[in-house]
Amino acid sequence: MASARAGLRPEPAGAAASRPAAMRRAGRAAHPVRYLLGQRVAVGVFTLFVVSILVFLATEVLPGNAANAVLGRTAASSPAALHRLEAALHLNRGLLDQYWLWLSGLFTGNLGHSLVNGQPVWGYVEPRLINSAVLMLVTGVIGAVAGVALGALAALRKDGWFDHVTAVIALTVTALPEFVVAIGLVILLSTVVTHLLPAVSLLAPGTYAWNAPQLLILPALTLVIVIVPYIQRMMRAAMIEALESDYVEMAKLKGVPMWRIVLMHALPNATAPTIQVIGLNFLYLAGGVVVVEYVFAFPGIGQGLVYAVDNRDIPVIQFIVVVLAAFYVFMNIVTDVIALLATPRHRIPR
Amino acid sequence: MQDAADPAQAAPAQPGAERIRRHQWLAVLGQAVRTPRGGTGLGLVSFVVAIAVIGPFVAPHSPDALLTVPFAKPSGSFPFGSDFLGRDVLSRVLGGGWLLLLMAVAATVIGIAVGTAAGVSAAYLRGRTDGLIMRTVDVILAFPQLVFALLLLSILGAKLWLIVLAVGLTHAPAVARVLRSATLDISERDYVKVAELQGMRPAAVMAREILPGLSTPLMVEAGLRLTYSIIVMAGLAFLGFGQAPPAANWGTMINENRAGLALNPWAVIIPAMVIALLTIGTNILTDAIGRVALGVDRRPEEAVLVDDLSPAEGRVA
Repeated sequence: MASARAGLRPEPAGAAASRPAAMRRAGRAAHPVRYLLGQRVAVGVFTLFVVSILVFLATEVLPGNAANAVLGRTAASSPAALHRLEAALHLNRGLLDQYWLWLSGLFTGNLGHSLVNGQPVWGYVEPRLINSAVLMLVTGVIGAVAGVALGALAALRKDGWFDHVTAVIALTVTALPEFVVAIGLVILLSTVVTHLLPAVSLLAPGTYAWNAPQLLILPALTLVIVIVPYIQRMMRAAMIEALESDYVEMAKLKGVPMWRIVLMHALPNATAPTIQVIGLNFLYLAGGVVVVEYVFAFPGIGQGLVYAVDNRDIPVIQFIVVVLAAFYVFMNIVTDVIALLATPRHRIPR
Repeated sequence: MQDAADPAQAAPAQPGAERIRRHQWLAVLGQAVRTPRGGTGLGLVSFVVAIAVIGPFVAPHSPDALLTVPFAKPSGSFPFGSDFLGRDVLSRVLGGGWLLLLMAVAATVIGIAVGTAAGVSAAYLRGRTDGLIMRTVDVILAFPQLVFALLLLSILGAKLWLIVLAVGLTHAPAVARVLRSATLDISERDYVKVAELQGMRPAAVMAREILPGLSTPLMVEAGLRLTYSIIVMAGLAFLGFGQAPPAANWGTMINENRAGLALNPWAVIIPAMVIALLTIGTNILTDAIGRVALGVDRRPEEAVLVDDLSPAEGRVA
């Protein structure tokens, strides 16, 4: 790891100033954060390029071709329909031509039409994209705050009852499939036990998630429950380490009040390493929304993907998969950079 | 002095040394099972496995027979009521587990085998092989696991072998990463160097010298991947990608019967509970093994590298 190597060569902060100007410029060019960012972005773009080829080729390895697969048995009985569909999917062109058409479509938004409802792919996916983004953002923010708070509390009362209870709950919840959590919430909150919330999050066409916030509660709560234990455990470990550190000891000896030590010293230092885990949980949400949206019939890209796979709606599948992969790669880079920025010794140019 | 003695002893001592190492992982497993957590985990797993394996033979009715009205409340002959077609819930729970378990185990074996081969070769052979393998890993990791599986299924249809293969392959990259870093440590050890100096071929060094030393990380990985396999398999079945309709499957049952939650909640609660007990069991057991193998408290910096702190690389992700 680049970050580990950077740590091997600590340099006094003043060293750069005493070096000749030329060396200082060289030093600035090799700034670890910028270097890592450039490297990661390059690798990320390359990865996405390979992903796009894979996703594209995936539809090509279909026995027969996509048009045959979509039409199924009717393909044999109606050659005209087969021909029309082949033309619509550009299957009558060369492989490279097809790939190029599709790849440029990703950037111009001209992605063809859904094979199921005939809508343009972009028009069909865009509102779902927004809904999913809202769900992920709400979940991520609530999950991060709750995880950090619960982790800090567990660390402050280390080996107390709260610590033990949260540890057992975390171990249990991290093992639960999200659809089991979702169904459990539906049973508790909207069907069998109480009827507090709607069991499905159906949105009228043309409306977005923020038009009906009560429909966001159950899907968001499910995902929050799934991600909080991971953040809580990381925060607890980091907070314990911070509370046992020399600077906290020093502050105690100086007579700094405990609330001040916790809020001003331990909490910020413990949050830094936790941010990386929060980033990884945002990453997870890209896949987690698929099942949860399906459970609650929430009109996001996850539900769109399941329906598209069910109906072999290839243009929609291709686009949603590429979007999810792009988000995954992007969040990976963000997480790496945040992790680097959160570790002060890695920020110093070598 | 020890170095001088080693090469002479290495060849005859080898089988013995291997047996000792093999004993070591058995000892870790034994120790883990004897902790309260490990015992609980093993108990839960055994309970659910027993349901899945013995279930089909003791089921009171045929799992596919339409016996009563849809969503009938629990009664004498149907202890958990009936499902959306009027089939016995108890019989379907008893009969709907073994294939799910078998598929999850198969996917785990594939994932561990492919991931171990990739991770160990990447770390031991280094250079171009390492780069090629790890970039491939990066590309596969760019898909959330469930999305990758769905992509494969959309191409070839929801065939059972394909589900197993898809889930197995999505485990491989994460396994490869963990085992690569474990191998980097081991490949610098003296006994590996000795084997190399004796002219052992790289494949043999990896199989006979390095692999036995990886038994504990492998155990923890296998437990983790098994948990995730069950989660993803059940999740795919829940989404409608599993066995063909009449067949019983715990994941499918939850989806089929949720329309009747108000009428007969047991048709959903029982299969959900069985899945939950199983995954909680495997998770607790894995946690116990990890604690025995690695020591209880890990420092946060190290913990960040342990991928079980994030569901991103393994879960339905």
